[in-house]
Amino acid sequence: MAKRIENTGEPVQFTFDGQTVTAQSGDTVAAALTAAGIDILRSSVVSGAPRGVFCMMGTCFECLVEVDGVPNRQACQVPVTEGLTVCSQQGAPEVLEASA
Amino acid sequence: MTQHSPMEPTKVDVAVIGAGPAGMAAAVTASKAGLSVALLDEGQSLGGQIYRNIENGTPFRDGILGRDYVAGRTLAQSLRASDVTYLPRTTVWNISTDNMLDLSRDGSSSQLIADKIIVATGAVERPSPMPGWTLAGVTTVGALQILLKASGVVQEDAVLVGSGPLMWLVAAQMISAGTPPKAIVETTPKGRMAQAMPHILQALKGHRYLTKGLSMIRQVRGAGIPIYNAATNVRINGGEVAESVTFISKGKEHTIHSNHIALHQGVVPNQQVTRLLRCDHKWDASQHCFRPVLDGQGKTSVPDVYVAGDGAGIGGAKSAALMGRLVALAIAQEKGKALPERVDRLEAALASDGAVRPFLEAMYAPAPQFVKPAKETIVCRCEEVTAGAIQEAVDLGAPGPNQVKSFLRSGMGPCQGRVCGLVVASIIAERRKASMDETGYYRIRPPLKPIPLSELANFQPLEVAQK
Ligand code: FES
Repeated sequence: MAKRIENTGEPVQFTFDGQTVTAQSGDTVAAALTAAGIDILRSSVVSGAPRGVFCMMGTCFECLVEVDGVPNRQACQVPVTEGLTVCSQQGAPEVLEASA
Repeated sequence: MTQHSPMEPTKVDVAVIGAGPAGMAAAVTASKAGLSVALLDEGQSLGGQIYRNIENGTPFRDGILGRDYVAGRTLAQSLRASDVTYLPRTTVWNISTDNMLDLSRDGSSSQLIADKIIVATGAVERPSPMPGWTLAGVTTVGALQILLKASGVVQEDAVLVGSGPLMWLVAAQMISAGTPPKAIVETTPKGRMAQAMPHILQALKGHRYLTKGLSMIRQVRGAGIPIYNAATNVRINGGEVAESVTFISKGKEHTIHSNHIALHQGVVPNQQVTRLLRCDHKWDASQHCFRPVLDGQGKTSVPDVYVAGDGAGIGGAKSAALMGRLVALAIAQEKGKALPERVDRLEAALASDGAVRPFLEAMYAPAPQFVKPAKETIVCRCEEVTAGAIQEAVDLGAPGPNQVKSFLRSGMGPCQGRVCGLVVASIIAERRKASMDETGYYRIRPPLKPIPLSELANFQPLEVAQK
């Protein structure tokens, strides 16, 4: 289980798939979800297998979620703010992709 | 759409990408030399990953993270006291000819033209492909450390699996935080000490690092955590999430139950920007990674583009800051500015700080299991491409990573090969019996990160302090 060893920020509430999560100001969405014991953030676009945070630093794109209706946001790069609506992401939404 | 925006892109003497030790130091020195500087960084705050959240330290967290972390605060303070325009939450998603940087920031896009570009994008963790490493609950060791630095959050049941100084450091920090890892599964193969010994005399010149490393390992070994040495055949088991890790150590199979497994095989340069810019790269057989080819002053093969810090080759935070200052001085000199500090002293400090590296590189080179993963192991996590599929593509005639990419989509997912690139290249090289330089790497194309179309439509001019 995840444990917060120190409280430094203000409490901030947001939702993940409708569930209310209490975070601390300064957390990223990924850190807040990890602290709340939520490890599954999306399903893989190929096999549908569950995936969660991997690198926490914007490299792996495993943490893609929908934030306030915008898909493909990196949960580890988005700071939590009061009332944010975060949804897990199933499949592959349209994005501006690098051309092959 | 604002495709042909009437707004002129902002101009600046130097754009520095990345606000870790190299980027902060380069920006401050360039600014002191009288150049206008924009420091662009994706993060919320100064420090990069090594000094993550450095400006918000508490005495409690400083005590856990240690002196080398706290040392970064001085650099952040000097940046704040400088004339540098620091732009946090800013993603550089393209750099085109004529040195134009496309930026994404808080839901809008902007452009910046820089005379000189310093790439200070640091390192990423080397991938540890193994069965089960895509399960939820499996992270990198670096991810655990970022959680601790940025949010004061620890995983109480974490099992650390891998090799290298960062793994020991994080274990020691978790112990200091009162939540030691459940176990450490060390994958450094037997016989590595003997391979590293020829470098020991040189390494002793950097004895501070050796002493720190030894005391860290002693602290962890003394904490009563189970430690398994020279582990092989590592795999993670689970259904939806990770449930346990299985491996062989001292001829015996072990299974440790945990929902949180953290992997580490050292760090390697982050090549995305230098590859995007088509800088020449060369394979470094000691560091087991590609690094950009640089002249003695951090200049790449592409005009006006420089690299400082771990992105140039792994040297750690202190070397990164020294290199940042040196690169800024080289640019200042080219621009005919008086130099604010002496080059020879910095060069001497850089040489002495790097003395320990060859020893560490020999000791902690990635274990064979992770360089040549078994056939059924997923290598490209985004597109779920296995090592076996890559070998088959090579047998069918794919000579390098870009052809394998068009066969299998490996490296074509959202991470654009950031995670799998080195392993894909080494599987191909091994199969073809070719060198890493002959094999090459993924061609990186813009956008470096996916950009919502709504953002492109929302163009905002940038404000940068001029000199
Ligand atoms: S966890 Fe890797 S990009 Fe967010």
